[in-house]
Amino acid sequence: MNSYELNPDLYSTKLEYEPNRKGFGEGLVEAGMNDALVVALCADLTESTQMEPFAKAFPERYIEVGVAEQNLVTLASGLSAVGKKPFVASYASFSPGRNWEQIRTTICLNDRNVVIVGCHSGVSVGPDGATHQMLEDIALMRALPNMVVVVPCDSKEARRATVALAKLNKPAYLRVAREKTAIITTDNSAFKIGKANVFKEGSDITIVACGPLVYEALRAAVDLDRLSISAEIINCHTIKPIDSETILASAAKTKRVITLEEAQVAGGLGGAVAELLSSKLPTHVERLGTQDRFGQSGTITELWKEYELDSTAIVKTAKAMMRGVKK
Amino acid sequence: MIHTTKELELIANEIRQDIIKMLVEAGSGHSAGPLDMADVFTAMFFEVLRYKPKEPDWPERDRFVLSNGHINPVLYATMAHAGYFPTSELKTLRKFGTRLQGHPERTRLPGLETTSGPLGSGISQAAGMALGFKMDALVQQRVWCFTSDGEHQEGNTWEAIMFAGKNRLNNLTVVVDRNNIQIDGLTEDIMPLEPFAMKYQAFNWHVIEIDGHNFEEIIAALNQSRAILEKPTCIIAHTIAGKGVDFMEYDYRWHGIPPGLKDIEGDPPKALQAKAALEKLRTLNGKIRSEHE
Repeated sequence: MNSYELNPDLYSTKLEYEPNRKGFGEGLVEAGMNDALVVALCADLTESTQMEPFAKAFPERYIEVGVAEQNLVTLASGLSAVGKKPFVASYASFSPGRNWEQIRTTICLNDRNVVIVGCHSGVSVGPDGATHQMLEDIALMRALPNMVVVVPCDSKEARRATVALAKLNKPAYLRVAREKTAIITTDNSAFKIGKANVFKEGSDITIVACGPLVYEALRAAVDLDRLSISAEIINCHTIKPIDSETILASAAKTKRVITLEEAQVAGGLGGAVAELLSSKLPTHVERLGTQDRFGQSGTITELWKEYELDSTAIVKTAKAMMRGVKK
Repeated sequence: MIHTTKELELIANEIRQDIIKMLVEAGSGHSAGPLDMADVFTAMFFEVLRYKPKEPDWPERDRFVLSNGHINPVLYATMAHAGYFPTSELKTLRKFGTRLQGHPERTRLPGLETTSGPLGSGISQAAGMALGFKMDALVQQRVWCFTSDGEHQEGNTWEAIMFAGKNRLNNLTVVVDRNNIQIDGLTEDIMPLEPFAMKYQAFNWHVIEIDGHNFEEIIAALNQSRAILEKPTCIIAHTIAGKGVDFMEYDYRWHGIPPGLKDIEGDPPKALQAKAALEKLRTLNGKIRSEHE
C-alpha cells in the first residue's frame, strides 16, 4: 500500500496547473513568518522569481542587488556570517550559472547557510530560448561538497522544500521552473529532505524522476499499465544527498531503471543514479534528459517532445528495456 | 594610541621576519604583498580592531575580512603576535594538516571571518556583514575589509562597491593595498586602475589616501573612517611592494614567490635570499648593525 498522498484529481480533467516557482514564493513568506532571521536577495527579477510576496510582507528583510549575480551570492555569504538565513534568487543560468566560483568558495567551502534558488530551469522555460533554459545547474551544484540539491516536482512540494531548507542551516540549491505544471501532491503530502517518495509502486521497471517531469512519468505509468508493464515511480526531489536506500530497493525489485530530468543527463539526476547503481547494484539504466544539447525556443509541449522527455518517450524507452534492448 | 610608533615599528618588523621564515619553511607563497602590508596590519590589530583573541567568536567583535587571501602570511603572523595562537605554529604554513592553509579557510582556524583566495569577493562579503549589522541596528561592530589593487580588475569588486555606495554602508571600511604590482607586472601596464580614488568617489564612497608605511597616517585614517556617517570609506594605502627587504622592493617579480625558490637577476642568489632578507629586516636595510650577526 502506498502511503504517500497524491492529488486525487491527478488523472482527472479537474487537475490544476501552477508554476512550482509560485510554491517557492509562498514557502519563502512562510519561512519568513517562522523565522525573523530569514532574508531574501534578488538580482532584478523580483516578480518572476516569485520573491515579490516576501518583499511585500517583509520589506526590511528584502534586499535588491541589481543585475549582479556574483554580488548576490557573496553578499548572502556575508549576511550569513552575521547570523542571517539568506535566500537568493535569480534565473538558474545566471545563478548558479555565472557565479559558481563564488558559491564554491564563499558558501560551500566557507560553510555558510545560503539557499540559492535557481528559477527558469529546464527547456520548459519555453520561448526565451537556450540562453535562459538552464540545463547544467544540477551537475554544477551536485559536484560541490557541503551542497544540498533539491528539485521539487510541483508548487506544493516547492513550498514545503522552501520551508524545510530555511531550517536546514546548510548551503543548498533549490531548482524551480517557469511554466505552469501539474499539481501532483497535496498540502498534506510528506516531505523530508533526502528522502525520496515512491509515488506509485510497480514491479517491472523503476522510473526515478525529479521536477515537473514527474507528472510525465506518472502518465507514462498509466500507459504502461495498459501494456501490462508495471512501473514504479520514484519522486527523487533531493538529488544530493541522494536516497540510496529507496533507489536500491526499487532497482533490486525491478532490475530496470529509467531516470528522467529536465537537465543534462551528464552529472544530473541520471548521473547520480548511475553512479549509485554502478557501484552498489549494477543495473540497466537508461537516462532521459537533455543529451549533451542546448535548448531552443518553443512551447513546453513541443520542447518536451523534441528532447524526448514526455510520457511518449518514457513509454518507448520502457518498452525497449522490457525487450532487453539497450540504447 | 596604545603603543608608541617605535613599538609598532618593532612589532611590524618582527611580523616581517616571521613572514620570511614562514615562506622559506613552506617553500611557496607570496612575498611582496605580505611584506608591504605588515605596517597596516600592525596598526589595525594593535591599535584599531576590536577583538578578543582568546574568544574569537565574541559577538561584539569587529569583523575583519581579508579579500586577497594570498597575502595570508601577514594575517597569520599578525594574528599570532596578537595572541590568537602561538607563533611556533607559523612554521606549519601550507603543510599537511595545518590550520594555516595556503589560502585562509575559516572553518579551520578560529578567528578567520571568511575563506578567501579567489579574488574579488571580499568586499561583497564585508558589505553583507555590514548590511546585516545595520538591519539589526548594531552599531558597535564595524566591518573592515583589506583588499589589493589588482583585485579591482574583478567585476565582482565593482558590484560590491556599487552596492555599498547605494546602501550607504558607513560601518564598512575598505583598505586597498596600492602597491602597484600584480603577478604579470605593474597594474598600470596590465590593466590600469587610475584614476583610482576618483572611481571610488564616483561610486559614492569617502576616500582617504595615505602612506601605508606611516603609522600615524594609517591609524588616523582608520579612525577617521568611523566618523564618516553618510558613506562607506575606502582607504587607499600607498605601499612599497616587498617593503623592508630592499632587493624585493618595487619589484613585481617578488609578487608570487618565496625567498629561496629561484635566482632573480640583480638579487642575492637563491640560496642566500632568505638570510639576506632577514638581515635586511634586522638591520633596517643596513641602517643599524644587527645584534644577531
